[in-house]
Amino acid sequence: MEELLSTFVRAVFVDNMIFAYYLGMCSFLAVSKNVKTALGLGIAVTFILVCTLPINYMLENYVLKEGALSWLGAGYAEVNLSFLSFLIFIAVIASFTQLVEMVVERFAPALYASLGIFLPLIAVNCAILGGSLFMQQKAFAHVGVATVYGLGSGLGWLLAIVGMAAIREKLTYSNIPKPLKGLGITFIITGLMGIGFMCFSGLKI
Amino acid sequence: MGLSNKSKEILTGPFSKNNPVIIQMLGICSALAVTSKLEPSIVMGISVTVVVAFANVIISLLRNTIPNRIRIIVQLVVAAALVTIVSEVLKAFAFDVNKQLSVFVGLIVTNCILMGRLEAFALGNGPWESFLDGLGNGLGYGLILVVIGFFRELFGSGTLLGYPVIPEVFYQWGYVNNGLMILPPMALIVVAVIIWVHRSRNKDLQEN
Repeated sequence: MEELLSTFVRAVFVDNMIFAYYLGMCSFLAVSKNVKTALGLGIAVTFILVCTLPINYMLENYVLKEGALSWLGAGYAEVNLSFLSFLIFIAVIASFTQLVEMVVERFAPALYASLGIFLPLIAVNCAILGGSLFMQQKAFAHVGVATVYGLGSGLGWLLAIVGMAAIREKLTYSNIPKPLKGLGITFIITGLMGIGFMCFSGLKI
Repeated sequence: MGLSNKSKEILTGPFSKNNPVIIQMLGICSALAVTSKLEPSIVMGISVTVVVAFANVIISLLRNTIPNRIRIIVQLVVAAALVTIVSEVLKAFAFDVNKQLSVFVGLIVTNCILMGRLEAFALGNGPWESFLDGLGNGLGYGLILVVIGFFRELFGSGTLLGYPVIPEVFYQWGYVNNGLMILPPMALIVVAVIIWVHRSRNKDLQEN
């Protein structure tokens, strides 16, 4: 239980996908213009992370890793398919994104319209593949930890994009030097938020 | 050069006016994450250039046979195959750098430059133009990476490519490396400064 809690808190605050690894920056910068859309995208990303991480964890540990196929019989003990991991992970992610896209289109057409191209592009949102690759690198103890890690990173991403959108809504009324308007000031704010999040880095549970 | 004007424009446009990172907002994640030192920035720039150029060619050759609905999956598979090759090559010949880049080599698959160029260019143009476009965008991306990596390594650790460049005397006079430059948030601020300089020189790019 303790392990789950600490993984969760670390994933949300310390190893925040955006402020510590800058994953998912493209959609973060492009969709953070208003809070409602940002919230929708954040929820979609969290959902996909929570679904894909356990699946990829199982695939990694029972199919891809060196010796992972040994449950098929002694002859498979030496098979190492880890070079296939990019392909497999991205295939799982792309199919889940397709699923979410269809669900959102059916039940929340307004959100579907406002997310536009960024919904199918969740498949190429680095935060999602990044989650799977970090899972591979960190070698979690069991599938529960991997799921919690997915939930945590998703919520961390959600937190960041909603915060950013809220700031940008206020920013419309401020007087910014012309060349910095739009993209430039967004980068600076993200940087400052990142410095803020760094104060969590000593956090231990 | 034996290139026609159009090809030249496709190749050099992304260096400045149409730069993938600071204008098209593509590929920002990796541009920020790998640039705390100059060496990984260069390696990353080259890897992305190779992958984008060849993925562009392959998709461009296949563009009339890919059904529209599943094109993203096809593109991802092509990209993932190329990235696997690049990653294995890096593991074999540049293991240390590969370690530093960690997951970011794998993340070239989801690098928005790749998808963006495949969607926006390779699906509608011939293989040769697509190759030039991929090359141009990869190099434009590499250029920004090298600039960021240069400043971060210079001010953050006082070295370039691992060799000390700031004279010892400076340290004796009380100069201290700016540790903040190594940390992630400063990459964002360096990019913001690049955007600022670039846009104050090209007024037509400013946003309202």
